[in-house]
Amino acid sequence: MKKVLLSSIILIIGITFIGRLSYLQIFSFSADQVLEDPAIKAIYDYPERGYIYDRNGKLLVGNDPAYDVMVIPREVKPLDTLEFCSLIGLDKETFLKKLKRARVYSPRLPSVLVPQLSKEDYGRLQEKMRHYQGFYIQKRSLRYYDTKSAANVLGYISEVNDGDLAQNPYYIQGELKGRTGVEKTYEDTLRGKKGVQYIQKDRFNRDIGPYKDGTLDTPPEQGKEISITIDKDLQEYGELLMNGKRGGIVAIEPSSGEILSMISGPTYDPSLLVGRQRSKNYTELYYDSIANPTWDRSILAEPSPGSPFKTLNALIALQEGVMTPDSKVRCYNGFYVGKAKKRCHCGGGIRDMNSGIYKSCNAYFAQTFRNIFNKFETTDEGMDVWEKHMRSFGLGDYLGSDLHTGRPGRIPNKAFYDRWYGDNRWASSTIISNSIGQGEVATTPIQLANMTAAIANRGHYFTPHIIKKIDGKDITIPKFTELRQTTIDRKHFEPIVQGMADVYNKGTAKWVRIPDIEIAGKTGTVENFIIIDSVRTQLTDHSVFVAFAPVIKPKIAIAIYIENGYYGSRYAGHIASLMIEKYIKGEITRKDLEKRMLEKTLEHEYAKPLSGEEFKINEYVW
Amino acid sequence: MFGKSVLKRIDWLSIFIYISLVTIGWVNIYSSTFSEANPSIFNFGTLHGKQLFFVGACFVAIIIIMALEANFYERFSSLLYVISMVSLLGLFLFGKTVAGATSWYDLGFFNLQPSEFAKVATALALAKYLSDIQTDIKRRKDQLVALGIILLPAILIIPQPDPGSSLVFFALIFVVFREGLPLYYLIIGLLAILVFIATLMFGTIWVGIALGLIIVLFYLLKKKQFKVPIFSLISVVVVTILFSLSVDFVFNNVFEQRHRDRFSLWLRLEKDPNKLEQIRKTIGYNTYQSEKAIESGGFFGKGFLEGTRTKGNFVPEQHSDYIFSTVGEEWGFVGTVTIVLLFTLLLLRLVYLAERQKTAFPRMYGYGVISVLFIHYFINIGMVIGILPTVGIPLPFISYGGSGLLFFTVLLFIFLKLDSNRLKEDI
Repeated sequence: MKKVLLSSIILIIGITFIGRLSYLQIFSFSADQVLEDPAIKAIYDYPERGYIYDRNGKLLVGNDPAYDVMVIPREVKPLDTLEFCSLIGLDKETFLKKLKRARVYSPRLPSVLVPQLSKEDYGRLQEKMRHYQGFYIQKRSLRYYDTKSAANVLGYISEVNDGDLAQNPYYIQGELKGRTGVEKTYEDTLRGKKGVQYIQKDRFNRDIGPYKDGTLDTPPEQGKEISITIDKDLQEYGELLMNGKRGGIVAIEPSSGEILSMISGPTYDPSLLVGRQRSKNYTELYYDSIANPTWDRSILAEPSPGSPFKTLNALIALQEGVMTPDSKVRCYNGFYVGKAKKRCHCGGGIRDMNSGIYKSCNAYFAQTFRNIFNKFETTDEGMDVWEKHMRSFGLGDYLGSDLHTGRPGRIPNKAFYDRWYGDNRWASSTIISNSIGQGEVATTPIQLANMTAAIANRGHYFTPHIIKKIDGKDITIPKFTELRQTTIDRKHFEPIVQGMADVYNKGTAKWVRIPDIEIAGKTGTVENFIIIDSVRTQLTDHSVFVAFAPVIKPKIAIAIYIENGYYGSRYAGHIASLMIEKYIKGEITRKDLEKRMLEKTLEHEYAKPLSGEEFKINEYVW
Repeated sequence: MFGKSVLKRIDWLSIFIYISLVTIGWVNIYSSTFSEANPSIFNFGTLHGKQLFFVGACFVAIIIIMALEANFYERFSSLLYVISMVSLLGLFLFGKTVAGATSWYDLGFFNLQPSEFAKVATALALAKYLSDIQTDIKRRKDQLVALGIILLPAILIIPQPDPGSSLVFFALIFVVFREGLPLYYLIIGLLAILVFIATLMFGTIWVGIALGLIIVLFYLLKKKQFKVPIFSLISVVVVTILFSLSVDFVFNNVFEQRHRDRFSLWLRLEKDPNKLEQIRKTIGYNTYQSEKAIESGGFFGKGFLEGTRTKGNFVPEQHSDYIFSTVGEEWGFVGTVTIVLLFTLLLLRLVYLAERQKTAFPRMYGYGVISVLFIHYFINIGMVIGILPTVGIPLPFISYGGSGLLFFTVLLFIFLKLDSNRLKEDI
């Protein structure tokens, strides 16, 4: 026993050690990731975020230098506190409190003492800064907006949150990321790629040289500038016209699918979401649940399209051969569904397709809709064909644009109605409201604009998109440069276009003609309801208008939707007319029209449902 | 000066392991004190340069040891012991204080630590005393004298203060066990440690319950075979519980908070994550950092001079007491196990060499050498890998420290010299 005692202990200890070492180095081993290794510090070099220009090369978004006063508490030497405080614009208590907080955070690491100095303060401070040890000024770059418009298009950037960090390993705490709009869609392009330099640290957090001789370091990659398809002047003008009105405007260049302007009312100045007041402003905008300025109506609102939808029903009827341009329908100041009469405002009489369109006759299009369905043996078949044609115009689904958000709208199908009414319990007469763009159909303004562009192009369109150039080079993204054909043959478009042109010549929009410009358009007046205290209440109709111009070789297709604006020709029609003139001529000849639109607001309409009192709708206040 | 005989008879395996350990040690000292600014090897301004100088000094020392007559050590062991005790006492007057401990003599170009020398001298003196023809280890008086030889340097070292070094001397008790000290001393000692740990971890009540159960079980199983001395059993229980209670009392009332923290760190008593974090940043910092450094090495390690935590000096004292964590980070499991195996092999080899001695003195001295090397190896690596409390003693042959390396070498080579001489004695 006594001879083997020590040997046994030696062996037991050896085995214990090896056991413990395998536990440490094999079982709980996790390789030191470069970023998690406490002995390695990564220093990042952030490239400047790319600029954003409009389609004509006008600057929309640039960068502004911002200056933060930083402090490294350990290096602070006794100083003339009062003088320094007056320089940086802080009172003594705040200054001492901030200094203390910085020291608590870390005596060795820099903390922000005063964020985002104004340029003037920076100028004053810069020269004297060297007298104050432990303080220095760090330059940062903030977004600078060279416009007060297009907040919804451009979007904003903000600090990454935990979700972003979990999703994308590129980001680290405190970095900025595009949150909405172009800033979000083209985040990777605009952002560039941060450079990184790895530094070996000691346990006091002092740098003691490069890690692995800098072989893992990467240089920063510059953010690329982009040009977007927005026309800055048109966008700004449209937003002026939207003064006091809620709704959306989308203008598209039919020959390319480029979005010329995309306006949502009410909107806000994009500069509000930059700088020291950012979070206060953001809260105000975000919690304004009544006007909802952060909700982009041009791509998210999904009202019924109203009368502009009639043009598509006419096209389908021509394509399916159930009507010709000369087919006649009698309007009895309305039409009958069974015994119920639905009213029409066209004035009554015999209508053909042309007058059906320019007078916007409900009876004519109810018959058109019935004819489409009557061609087929079952309603289901008719529904499938109708739905297929509608979807070929980009309705009822996401457009596939490069906007950061969107809505599909709705083109109802047979499954929808089977669910709604029950199998075989509905027919074309049940869903007749769709013939005039009421009922179950729903479209976003951008879908309406795209539909208009397809009519302007006589049968095809390009997926609407916002990007024009990246790094100075025109985009070659196939999704946006390839033509998308509708299911309607080219020859069927002429009668429709003629009808739409006559809307201006002699129809519902003859009051807003523009001298020298041939326009084709279609008014829409959309009934709408909301729930007030659990009562379904009708509000003043939405004013809708679609148009393209010139009729030959169209340059612009536009859709306008003004909440509670009453007749289509009123607010929407006026705005469409002014926008088209602005875009094509560059100036406005009808100053009185312009003045009226700039000044008139619809706030009185928007106040009605909130007033808590009984109110009248569709009043003639003009 | 020494003929072929010594070279032929000396144990080359031990020497081979010794050289391996010293080499590994120096390479890791180089790495843990490395700075890009000063990569030169032969620079006595750097720690690795100084260590290299002492490797040379060791070589000289080995030659001298080999050249001396083998019976010189036996003959002069008492004198060496007295000299070393005097040198320990002298520290109270002439000692130089480094890092709070007055353990060194300042010899100008280097600091001499007399406690290192005392280890050699005490091992020699103990062997000499036990091998005396008149000593009978079964006698209580002789046991006490042997204990005295061991305890004297330990007591002299404690007030420096250097509790780590004084702990080392207790390991020499293994020599006395080998020479016939009844093993129940060892068993009682181990049981006391067990009760101590159990009391801290589970409390006196659980210790009492567990002990009661064991005794009852023992009684039930054995009562048919022989008459169980019930009175003795009860007194064992009473004594144990009293001991446990006193541990509890001492721990809570006599120990200071830092001592309590050390134990709670070692036995993982603290479960509150906030306090755990606090301990990691304060008294547990070294252990936590060294464990992390070893862990981050993985199986193959990060490579020579690639240990980021080593470079960043995250583990304090990494070139001396915590050198093993450098090995762990840069050479991984392969490196650490190599060192454990080399030590195990060396110690077992020395046991074998000791056991083959024909005479008592070299055997006992051999055991002294083994005990001293073993306790260093055990406590140091145990501490660095986090299974023993923090006690500051170096890893033999590997840790930085000139006088340490020199005296470990002297300690070992005196034994190898004695061993090489064993056949001559026969003649």
